[in-house]
Amino acid sequence: MNSRNSRNGLILFAVYLVFYGGFVFLNAFDPDSMERTPVAGLNLAVLYGFGLIFGAVILSGLYGILCGDASGNGSADQEPKP
Amino acid sequence: MIYESSSQAVIIFFAFVGFTLALSFWLGGKAKSSAGYFAAHGQIPWFVNGIAFAGDYLSAASFLGICGMIAFYGYDGFLYSIGYLAGWIVALFVVAEPMKRLGKFTFADALDSKFNSPGIKLAAGVSTLVVSIFYLIPQMVGAGALVTPLLGFDQWIGVVMVGSVVILIVVTAGMVSTTWVQFLKGGLLVVFSAILTWLILQRGFKVSQGGNDGYQFRTLTVSSAALADGTIADNEEQVAANDGWEPVTERFLRLKNRTTGAVSVWSIEKSGDDQVTLRESQTLTKTLDGKILVNGEEKGQKKGEPELHPVGFLVELPGGRTETGPLSPIEFFRTLQQSKVVLWRSEKVKHTDGSETTVYFPKLTPGSQVLRPGEHPTFRGIRSDKLTDKVNFLSLMLALFCGTASLPHILIRYYTVKDASSARKSTIVGIASIGFFYVLTLYLGLGAMTSGALDVSEENMAAPLLAKGMNTWLFAAISAIAFTTVLGTVSGLILAAAGAVTHDLMSSAFGWSMSDTEKVRIAKLSSVVVGAIAIVLGILFQKMNPTFLVGWAFSVAASANLPALVMILFWPRVTRQGIIAGIVVGMVSSLTWILLSSEAYSKVYGLDPASAIVPFSQPGILTIPAGFVVLVIVSLLTRNETVSA
Repeated sequence: MNSRNSRNGLILFAVYLVFYGGFVFLNAFDPDSMERTPVAGLNLAVLYGFGLIFGAVILSGLYGILCGDASGNGSADQEPKP
Repeated sequence: MIYESSSQAVIIFFAFVGFTLALSFWLGGKAKSSAGYFAAHGQIPWFVNGIAFAGDYLSAASFLGICGMIAFYGYDGFLYSIGYLAGWIVALFVVAEPMKRLGKFTFADALDSKFNSPGIKLAAGVSTLVVSIFYLIPQMVGAGALVTPLLGFDQWIGVVMVGSVVILIVVTAGMVSTTWVQFLKGGLLVVFSAILTWLILQRGFKVSQGGNDGYQFRTLTVSSAALADGTIADNEEQVAANDGWEPVTERFLRLKNRTTGAVSVWSIEKSGDDQVTLRESQTLTKTLDGKILVNGEEKGQKKGEPELHPVGFLVELPGGRTETGPLSPIEFFRTLQQSKVVLWRSEKVKHTDGSETTVYFPKLTPGSQVLRPGEHPTFRGIRSDKLTDKVNFLSLMLALFCGTASLPHILIRYYTVKDASSARKSTIVGIASIGFFYVLTLYLGLGAMTSGALDVSEENMAAPLLAKGMNTWLFAAISAIAFTTVLGTVSGLILAAAGAVTHDLMSSAFGWSMSDTEKVRIAKLSSVVVGAIAIVLGILFQKMNPTFLVGWAFSVAASANLPALVMILFWPRVTRQGIIAGIVVGMVSSLTWILLSSEAYSKVYGLDPASAIVPFSQPGILTIPAGFVVLVIVSLLTRNETVSA
């Protein structure tokens, strides 16, 4: 239970890290790309920024579902203290 | 600007703050043991704890600092929103559950669960204390910024007020009441910000030449020849540059009205081959004997007397329209993207008699520039060719990413729920509400930028003034919520610091044996001391943007705490000495770096920023890895010793 949760956590973490890292490096090394307006007259800065925020919310929800929070009170994944 | 208090604002404000305090005392009466004081007996429902996360996290820095930075510089403030939220991903996916399984009351407990070493408790306790105090400074600065427009007090009174009320809350209550109060405020802050955003969208944009006091800023277009021979306007006579104005003759021009004798200051902007545009600016002069002159006249005491005019307007909308009417959340950006906004910048002029004038001058900025990163001095580096400037940006974004999961007052919240699953669920609730709020910050900031209510001299007041410009009741409600949010964040921090002193330093590291009642008493005593330190620092750092200060706190937290936290969770070969070394090196190196940075030179010590020793001001990119490397090396070196011991 615990190892599955932490593996899921690390995979989702890696996904977000790539997404966030992409934003930061794009800003640092190609700042002009942020001014492009690919969709609906919105520029990339606004689109990517909102994407990072909504992405975080969606990934955290996904993690909650993967950990099976819906099923019970969660006492199953409590581990005795060392 | 002159701030007058309004009676309804004061009534709502005190009613709200009074209610919060009453709630806090009532709940506090129920928690007498140390488990209750520090961790609310682990009995807080996960949903409440999740919103309380938002309450803890959405502090003065988020509401005031980010909105202020967006209102003055555009998109840049939103980079902080993005970084602050991204940090929660680290907290949820990496740290939340193991933390809950390992610890009891504090972050040091979790680190020490494997070794039971006083040294670890000492290092972790000290780092908790340092980070808490660092994080307290911006909260106090924000509190001051809120109280001024609301109650008409000086900023330092706001700082003292917050400090005293918080000390009262923490001393009488503890984690139970802090949590419920945070829940209440976190929820209300998000709801009211949503209402404010809706009002901004309903209002849309309107072309104007000045702020909401009706004053129209003048713009003159003249030929370069006219500028050279001084024939600019019929009734205005050019004033020769003297008394400190000489170095800025290229940028500023002073005109004296022939009838009134009033002197106005104009910024010079080249607008064609032999044409220049002159824009009316505002000045604020501080004389040596403490007098304040606004645009050359002594600053007044009440409305109608001389004061800085409110600003924040756009001068051109797409398609030559003068007003947009209600906008959708997407149209809002699309319209702004094609508009022209007047932003304000400032420059200081030093006079021979020791007085100093700050010139606030308009800068016509296309909307496309407002909505891109890189306008604020902190972020300007991304457009620079120098690698160190880019590294500074990467470093800040890394610190924001790693910092959240290392903040002591966020970490202690994992101990207020009953198990790992509840810790996880409350984090998800926290992320959703915080994320929603951060989306709103961009609307609030840009709304403030075009509200006509900005004070050119006070970036931190953008959000409260925006609300004030719309509706006094709304303003009172939002200020009261924001103020109590500051109270809550500050009490959470003070509680974390008090927990560190009592639990980690005194009882574990120094080995004092204390009864439960004594522990609570010592914790309350340390709360008073930490609170007093925070008040003093809050007054000293008054003029800095709270978000910037929070960025520093994140750097220190991430450098000191994250390596130890991550390694103890994921690396079985870590040793006691490794953890201690990692914390000490991370904390000392990041603090030293910050204190030697150009930002600290110019804003804290008042020295020339160019003489700073370190090449860029954000330490994270070096000091976070340094903490990891030292931890690993020391762990490897001391491994045998630990095994045999």
